Parts: sequence; structure tokens; C-alpha cells
Amino acid sequence: MLKQPGDASTLKVSLWRRFMNQAANVFAISASVLVIVPLVVIFVYLVIKGVGSLNWAFVTQTPKPPGELGGGMANAMVGSAVILALASLVGIPMGIGCGIYLAEYGRDRFGDLVRFTADVLNGVPSIVIGIAVYSLIVLRQKHFSALSGGIALAIMMIPTVARATEEMLLMVPNNIREAALGLGIPKWRTTLSISLRTASAGVITGCMLAFARVAGETAPLLFTAFGNQYWNMNLNQPTAALPLQIYTYALSPYDDWHRQAWAGALILIVMIVAAVAAVRISTSRGALKGAS
Amino acid sequence: MGVGIEVRGLNAWYGKNLALKSIDMTVPANHVTAVIGPSGCGKSTFVRCLNRMHETIPEARAEGLVKVGEMEVYGDGTDPVEIRRRIGMVFQKPNPFPTMSIYDNVAAGLRLNGFRNRKQMDELVERSLKLAALWEEVKDTLHKKSGASLSGGQQQRLCIARSLAVEPEVLLMDEPASALDPISTSKIEELIFQLKQHYTVVIVTHNMQQAARVAEFTGFFLMGSLIEYDKTEKIFTTPADKRTEDYITGRFG
Repeated sequence: MLKQPGDASTLKVSLWRRFMNQAANVFAISASVLVIVPLVVIFVYLVIKGVGSLNWAFVTQTPKPPGELGGGMANAMVGSAVILALASLVGIPMGIGCGIYLAEYGRDRFGDLVRFTADVLNGVPSIVIGIAVYSLIVLRQKHFSALSGGIALAIMMIPTVARATEEMLLMVPNNIREAALGLGIPKWRTTLSISLRTASAGVITGCMLAFARVAGETAPLLFTAFGNQYWNMNLNQPTAALPLQIYTYALSPYDDWHRQAWAGALILIVMIVAAVAAVRISTSRGALKGAS
Repeated sequence: MGVGIEVRGLNAWYGKNLALKSIDMTVPANHVTAVIGPSGCGKSTFVRCLNRMHETIPEARAEGLVKVGEMEVYGDGTDPVEIRRRIGMVFQKPNPFPTMSIYDNVAAGLRLNGFRNRKQMDELVERSLKLAALWEEVKDTLHKKSGASLSGGQQQRLCIARSLAVEPEVLLMDEPASALDPISTSKIEELIFQLKQHYTVVIVTHNMQQAARVAEFTGFFLMGSLIEYDKTEKIFTTPADKRTEDYITGRFG
């Protein structure tokens, strides 16, 4: 017999469905909360611990010698910014270039090899990359430098950026490429101005992920940028970086340094969030109505 | 003005699979020529060979004589990019560039080929959109809206405008209305009728009424061969070949 709307059996099914719907909703919401809570807790804890030591001196002065109170991490903040800029300048173009190769040309065995290598490189512990750059650059130059630190971080960025770029380019429908080729646009131009542009939102997200990941890296900088108690603007000299400074201060026996380590961690997080937000805002400004 | 197309002994392959078998066809300038046939008969492959889009598919190749005006499409040293600039193509599924504005979509072919004159570009974009009968609907949102925000029928007319902006001599249309509703379809058909004043149009369709409505000449393809090619009227009233008759009377396909 056909079920009529309002029939008792229909009602029963819909009750069960409503229950399942609620259950799925509750599950999805609690999973989201579980993901967000640690993030919020860490951030709040950082603010509580770090904000007390934040003052004008902290962001304008260099560290004081051990035992003396005060001083700041201004040189480490600038040093981190310089090293990260270097890493992005090297890592992002190389990563995007590699991703373009993999998506548009690398449908062969060499492409598979590159893909495999990138995945392995992605899994290499960061300290190993630090040692590799140490022996390749630092030992040869016989001194630590911001440059070697930037290169170590760039090497970590390349596989992430490359794989993200490849994935995003593969999601660009082929009929978009055909449209461009059909207009008499050469293949290289089609790739850069059509495919990459269509995929740009995802590619930028990939770059930001890679950036945020290496921004907090300490291990690769231990043997490359090394750290510095003083101002240094020479890319070829040992340079301070926030993660290194936090590491040193957190392990020190001084309470004042512990407090400053918390403040440094807070500054590092704020710097990363600010950089990511700045890129997001500046790239979304040109967005069009109805663009997908 | 449009130019005619001469095709002699055109063969096309996908890997080892021969998809077009020695096609001979003469497409007159400034007319609409329809290509009909059942799915998989090679009609799309045929038009894609005319502007060398066929070879962009991995392992696909074609050989034979194709002359568009004075151009030898498969001649030694012929640049496929140059060919495609002079032979525009409209695809089955509307494919506007999603991250570009309406204006940028139409200007893309010019701009990415190094065309820089702003004033002339404005004129060409307006002219192309007018030719494609889309200007009135989009003139106020040219720079504000994405090409992807338009309706399906508008998107297809945008794609036609985009092809026209680079001023081709021939326009190939691969089932341009098959993804559209009847009203959009009739707009596109009206448009095709207008376009033949300036261009030679080759249209692939599996809608026989559409072929009868828009085309002066019709070619019937079956299993990679051109079975019959004649005036549309003749094909649909007194076809010479039994297979053509079977197809147009709906006995198969």
C-alpha cells in the first residue's frame, strides 16, 4: 500500500531521520569545537603569559646580557622577517614552478620521480635539512648567515608549495585550457595567465601554509642563522630569529628570560597571523562578483 | 570576411585508433555548414582538426590537406597557435574564464597575444559583445561581474564574443547549444544566422532540426567517414545515401 503523507509509518521514519540528522549535526559541531578549542586555549594561554612582558623596550631593544633585567627581541623580530622573506623569495617561485611542471607536463616517469621526491622531502625532519644546509653552505663559507637560514627554510617550503600548486592546477577544468588554446594563446601563456590565475586562490593558500609552517621552525636555524645578540643587517652574518631566541630563553635559568620567551612566542604567532591576513586581504580585494 | 575551407584526404587518430577516414569536403565562405551524425562518428574530431585543437589531446594526431583561405593548416612550419587565432572555436560547454570579469573574458585573446591599445580594445570588446547579442545585458556590469556569474546561455554568448574579439576568419562551433535551454538555443541560432555575413561558420550538432534551421550545407558523418555532403535541403528531403536517410528519419543513431 502506498504511504500517505501524515501516515503513522511515515512519521516514524521521519522521527528516525530527524534523530539521525540531529546526531550528525552534533557530531560535526563537536568535532569542529574539538579542533578549535586547543587553538584558542594555546592562544589565550600565550596572551596571559606573554602580554605582561610586552612593552616598548621589548619590541625596540636587543637582548641584555645574562642576569640583567629588561632588553627585548627587536633584532630577532627583524631577523625572522628577513629570513622568512628570503625563504619565501626562493621557496615560493621554485615551488610554484615545480608544481606547474608536475601538473602541466609531468605526466610521465620523470614527473612521478619528482612527485615522489617532493613527498619524501616533505617528510624529512627539519633538523636533517638544517644539517644538510650546514654542511653544504655554512661549512663552506665558514660562518653562519641569514642566507643559509633562508635557504634551509626555502627547501622545506618547496615540496609543500609544489604539491599544492599541482593539486590546484589539476582542479582547473580542461575546458578552460581548451578555451585559451582555441583563442590562439600559446601554451606557456595559457598556463601562466589562465590556469595558474584560475587556481590562484588555492595556490596562495598552499604558499601560506608552507610559510606558516616554516615560520615557527627552530631546528633548521640552529646551524644556519645561528642567532645573534646584536643587530645585524648583513645577510651573510649570523642573524637572530624569534624561534631561536624563544628556544634559548625558555631553556635559560632566568625568570625574566622565561617571561620574555612567552612574549616572543606571542609576537611570533601575531606576526604569522598578520602576514597571512595581509596576503588574504590584498588578494581578495580584486575579487569579482560571482567569481568561483 | 570569411574564407572557404578545403579538406582533402584528412585522417585523424587517437593513439592507434583511426577516428577520421580520408575526409574530403569543401566548405564555402560566408555560409553556415552543419556537421551531423550519431555520437562517436567523428564530427567533433573533424572540426577540431580544422584548427589543430585535435593534437592538444595526448597521442592524438592528424594528417592530410586542410586549406583555410590561403593557409595550409598542416603545412610545414605552420604555427598551430597562429592557426587557432585565425579560426575561432566555441565549445559544447560554455567555458568562460571564471576568475575574469566579463570585459576581461572578451579581451583575453587580444591581451594575452600582446594587444595593448586600450581604446581599440574597448571598441573591439563592445563590438564583439554586440555581435554576440550580449551587449545590452552586460554593458553595466562589464568590469564588476565575473564571466561565471552569467546564466548558461549568456555564458555561451560570452564565449562566442570572446572568439569574435580576435577577429577570426572562420568560426567553428562544437555543439554550441546542446547544454542550453530552448530560448537560449534560439538566440544562439539567430546569432549564427547573423554571423555568416562576416564569418564562415562550421557547426557540429546532433540536433537535426537545428542543422535544418541554420545551415545551408550539411555533411553526414558515420563511423569516421563523410557519408554524404550536400545542400541542407537535399540532405533532409532527398538524400542520396540509404544510411543518411536512415539516420535523418530516426531509424538509428
